[in-house]
Amino acid sequence: MQVRVQTEEFDLGQVCADFSARVTGAGAVVTFTGIVREAEAGDMLAMEIEQYPGMTQKALEKIAQDAIERWSLADALVIHRHGRLAPGAQIMMVATAARHRKDAFEAAEYLMDFLKSRAPFWKKEILKDGRADWVAAKDSDEDALTRW
Amino acid sequence: MMDVLYFAWVRERIGLPREQIETSAATVHDLVAELSARDARYALAFSDLSALRVALDQELSEFDAPLDGVREVAFFPPMTGG
Repeated sequence: MQVRVQTEEFDLGQVCADFSARVTGAGAVVTFTGIVREAEAGDMLAMEIEQYPGMTQKALEKIAQDAIERWSLADALVIHRHGRLAPGAQIMMVATAARHRKDAFEAAEYLMDFLKSRAPFWKKEILKDGRADWVAAKDSDEDALTRW
Repeated sequence: MMDVLYFAWVRERIGLPREQIETSAATVHDLVAELSARDARYALAFSDLSALRVALDQELSEFDAPLDGVREVAFFPPMTGG
């Protein structure tokens, strides 16, 4: 398992290549990458992501470990950035490796659902006019956990 | 002594990221009542507990949980990772 919480950019291609290269016994690798979405009004300057140092790493490791056990994954990876990110920047990624694609896809969705509402990160949109708004959690994100 | 941490808009409303407090509160609810009685900033931040989450020693918990032996309490809004 690999879990990284960092401010730096990550090289998606390199991470995927390394993840696939070190995995053994898998027939499927699924990856998902989250990108800072531009606000609909096009007035967003940046996304600021706050985290709870100490709890974040543990929470992500627990979520990844649960996914590994539940889908018998060969490996799982989570990278989540924090700090100030520009629209279009990569925020986070997950990768899962399993013998078969169904398990790899399901495990990746599970990771994403739990990352959304069980990992201690908070997003704030910084607008070009200087205003800033905390992004509210969606009920649908909480509801998504019930299917697991 | 207990470390109390605040994140996101809870931190902004209360005006500080963490503090050390001496308390005999038995549960999270008791601690919230004690803090709310201190000052309007706390009362405002804790006015709607359904909009808040709590972690005890870095594990997500509940407001009726006991504080016995707990060293770090954190209050924050629902998380928005991913």
